[in-house]
Amino acid sequence: MTTKQTVKSHREPLFHVAKRDDMAWWQAWLIRAVTIILSVVAVGVISMMLTEKSLFETFEIMYRGVFGRIETGSTVMLWKYLQEIAILLCLALALTPAFKMKFWNCGAEGQALMGGFAAMICMIELGGKVPDGALIAIIAVASMLTGALWGLVPAVFKAYFNTNETLFTLMMNYIATQIIAYYVYIKGGGSNIIQPVTHGNLPVIGTNRYLVNILIVAVLTVIMFVYLKYSKHGYEINVVGESQNTARYIGINVKKVIIRTMIISGAVCGIAGMLLVAGTDHTINTKTVGGQGFTAIMISWLGQFNPFIMVIMTAIVIFLRLGTAKVADTCLLNASFADIAVGIVILCVVGCEFFIRYTFKFRHKKKEETV
Amino acid sequence: MSKQPAIELRNITKTFGKVVANKNVNLTAYHGEILSILGENGSGKTTLMNMISGIYFPDEGSIHVNGEEAVITSPKDAFAYKIGMIHQHFKLVDVFSAAENIILGIDDGKYNLKKSTEEIRKISEQYGFELQPEKKIYTMSVSEKQTVEIIKVLYRGADILILDEPTAVLTPQETTKLFEILRRMRDDGKCIIIITHKLHEVLSLSDRVSVLRKGEYVGTVNTAETSESELTEMMVGKKIELNINRTDVNDPKDRLIVKNISCINRQGAVVLDDISFTAKGGEILGIAGIAGSGQRELLESIAGLQHLTEGEILYHNPKTDSIDNLRDKTPVQIRELGVRLSFVPEDRLGMGLVGNMDIVDNMMLRSYTKGKSIFLQRKAPKDLANKIIEDLEVVTPGASTPVRRLSGGNVQKVLVGREIAASPKVLMVAYPVRGLDINSSYLIYNLLNEQKEKGVCVIFVGEDLDVLVELCDRIMVIGSGRITGIVDGRTTTKEEIGLLMTKSKEETKESSDDN
Repeated sequence: MTTKQTVKSHREPLFHVAKRDDMAWWQAWLIRAVTIILSVVAVGVISMMLTEKSLFETFEIMYRGVFGRIETGSTVMLWKYLQEIAILLCLALALTPAFKMKFWNCGAEGQALMGGFAAMICMIELGGKVPDGALIAIIAVASMLTGALWGLVPAVFKAYFNTNETLFTLMMNYIATQIIAYYVYIKGGGSNIIQPVTHGNLPVIGTNRYLVNILIVAVLTVIMFVYLKYSKHGYEINVVGESQNTARYIGINVKKVIIRTMIISGAVCGIAGMLLVAGTDHTINTKTVGGQGFTAIMISWLGQFNPFIMVIMTAIVIFLRLGTAKVADTCLLNASFADIAVGIVILCVVGCEFFIRYTFKFRHKKKEETV
Repeated sequence: MSKQPAIELRNITKTFGKVVANKNVNLTAYHGEILSILGENGSGKTTLMNMISGIYFPDEGSIHVNGEEAVITSPKDAFAYKIGMIHQHFKLVDVFSAAENIILGIDDGKYNLKKSTEEIRKISEQYGFELQPEKKIYTMSVSEKQTVEIIKVLYRGADILILDEPTAVLTPQETTKLFEILRRMRDDGKCIIIITHKLHEVLSLSDRVSVLRKGEYVGTVNTAETSESELTEMMVGKKIELNINRTDVNDPKDRLIVKNISCINRQGAVVLDDISFTAKGGEILGIAGIAGSGQRELLESIAGLQHLTEGEILYHNPKTDSIDNLRDKTPVQIRELGVRLSFVPEDRLGMGLVGNMDIVDNMMLRSYTKGKSIFLQRKAPKDLANKIIEDLEVVTPGASTPVRRLSGGNVQKVLVGREIAASPKVLMVAYPVRGLDINSSYLIYNLLNEQKEKGVCVIFVGEDLDVLVELCDRIMVIGSGRITGIVDGRTTTKEEIGLLMTKSKEETKESSDDN
C-alpha cells in the first residue's frame, strides 16, 4: 500500500542504556566520592594550565585559601570557613522540607533577606531602648516571622490557586531586594551604606564571633533531621510530596501541609538572615545573602534532602569556593574563576548520578556461536 | 491455505536490571493463523511483542521475518517488515478524526486525505469494520478507538498483526464482533498474534497457543487438542482449582444507602447521574460497566473524596444503630464518625500507597495520626507489616523495602492487607485483581469472601464479567454515570450484563443528540 520501505539495515546497536535499581549503597557512595575527587583534581589541572603553577602548588594555594596558616595555630581562616558553611547549610536546611514536599522554593534568597531586614529594623529602631537580651529575643522572633511571611504568600497562592511556586518565589526575591535597596537608601543617607550597629548583636562565645552562628546551625541540622524523619509532620510532607492523591485519600489536608511547611521553610530562611545581620555583618545591603539562597538549592539536592549529607556537600562547595577564589586572587585570574570551578564539580556530581541509576548493556552475540 | 512461517523468534533474551523478562524464547507464527500468546501477568508476553514491534531491542537472540533475519530497532523498522502492533493503551490524537489519525506519521510526501479516506473505507468493507473516517476520536467509544488502531496498522500494509489484550476493554458483544473480524483477516492470509490471559478466549479464537511462564517459553499446543485445565497448568506450572466459593448470604442488613447522588467533574461533565442503591452487610455487591462509566467517582463519593451536587449517602452504624450522612464529609470526618470504611482504589501506587515508601511506612498511612505525640510510632505498623507479609505470603526482601519494587500482586496484597486490617464494616475494592497472577487473584477473592462471611458489606468494582458473575451476590451495572440495572449474581449471565452495559450507551447518545 502506501508504506514507504525503509532500508533494512543490519546494523545492530552496540549497546543500550538500561535502568538499574540494584546498586548497593556503598557502591553508589564510592562512585560519588570518586567523582568528587576526580572533579576537584580536574579543577586543579585547569587552574594549573591557566596559572603555570604545578598541580601541587595550585592545591597548596587552595588549601591556604581555606585554612590559612593553620599549622601555626592561627584559626582565623578555619572559623571563617565554618561560618560560611553554617550560613549556606542553614539556607539549604530551610529549603529541604519544601523540596521534600516537591514545592520548589527558589526564594531562599528573598526569605533570608527579609529575615535580615527585620533584624536590622529591630537593631536600629529598638537598639538602646530595650535591654540587649530582650532585643535579641525580639530580633529572633521578628526575623522568623518575616521570613515565614515571605514563604507563606507563595504557599497560599499555590494551595488555593495552584500558581507556579518556582516563578512566584523567584519574583518575591526581587521584591525583597528592592525593599532592602530602598531602606538602605533612606537610612544610609547619601552613602547607601548603613554603618554597623552595635545593639542587638548576637553574643560572642569565648573569643570567637562566629561560634554562636555555627552552634545554632548545628542544632538546627539535628532538629531538621529528626523533624523530617521521625515526626508526623515530616511524614505528611513526604506523603504530599510523593502523591497528593494518596494524601487526600488518607485524609491529609494538603493545603494545610503546603502552607505549614512553607512557613517553616521561610522561618528557617529568616534565621539565616538573622545570623547574617545580627550575628555577622551587623548591617545590611542587597548583597547580604549574596546568591547563597540559590547555591542552597543545589546543596539540598546534592545532599539528597538528608541534613547530614548536606553538611558534607556544603563543606565541599565552600572549600572550592574559598580555595579557587584564593587561586584567582593569587594568580590574577578573573574572580569568576571560583564560580566556574564550583560549577564544574557540581556538574560532575550531578552527572555521576546517571551511572548510579543506569547501566550500559552490550549485546552478547557470541553466546549463540558457543552454544 | 499455505502455511509459511511469518515470524520466527530464536533464543530471545531480554533483561531489565536484574529482572529477566524473557529468557531463551523460541516462537514461530505462520501466515493464515491466529496464535495466542498466553501467560500470566509479568510472564513477559508484552515485552516479547514489544521486541517484535521495535520498542525494545533484544539482549540476545534473533528475529526472522519471512525466513530472513531482521533487525528491528524502531517501530518504523517494524512497519518496513509489515509488522503492526495494537497496544493495550491506545495511542491516538483525541482532536483528530479517525482518518487523520490513521495517516498520521506516514512520511511519503503524498498527503491526500480524500484518497486515503477512500482507501480506509475499502479496508473497512473488506474486513467488516464499522468506522466513519471523519469521526473525531474524542467522540468515540473504546471499541471504535480500537478499530481505528487496527485499521491504522492495516493501512500501513501490515501482514503480521499483534494485539495486546484486545478484549480487556470490550463488552462480550464487542468481543464477539472483533473475533469475527480477526478470523476474516486470518482467512485473508494474515498472521495474527494476540496476547491474552483469558483462557476461554484462547480456546474460542486461536489456532495454536504458545505459553510463557516467568519469561520462559513453556510450549505450543494446538487449540483443538487442549483444554482449559491443561493450559492453566502450563501457565501456572502446577494444577490449581479455579473455583470461587460463593457462600449463601445470611441475614443481610442495610449498611450503606445511597440516595439519588449526582456528581459533576472538573470539566463540567455529569459523571454520576441520580444513582440510588443499597449495599448490605454480609454480601458482595458487584459493580460492572465499561471503564470510565463513573465507577471511580462512585467509590470516591462514598469515601469522601468527591463533591456531590445532589443526594445523600447514609451509613447505618451497626454499633450505635444511628444513621449518618456521609455527604460532603472529608475522609477524616468520616473516620471520626466511627464509620469503618476501607477502600482499595484502582490506582494502587498513585492513591492507595506511596511507591517510594517502605511497607512499614505504608501501613502507617491509615494510622499515623494515632496518639498525642508529635513523633511517629513505628512499632505497631511494623508488626502489622510483618503480619501481612506472613499471612498473605508477600514476596519481599523485607518490611523496609519500598513498595514500588514489589511486583503488582504483592503491591496489591500489601494494600488489601492494610485495608482489611482496619476491620472495616464497608470494604470497597476497585479492580482488585488487575495485573495479578492467578494465584494472587484467587487469594484476593478468598479474602473478599472471608470479609463477606464476617458480615462486612463488600463493594466490588470489576472488569472481568466471568468473575463478577461467579463471585458477587448482586451486580449493579452502570453506564455513563447511571444505573442501567441491578441483577442477581446467581441467575444472571455475562450476556445480560453486557447488554445492560451497552444499553445505556445508546440511551445517552439519544439524550446528547437532543441537546
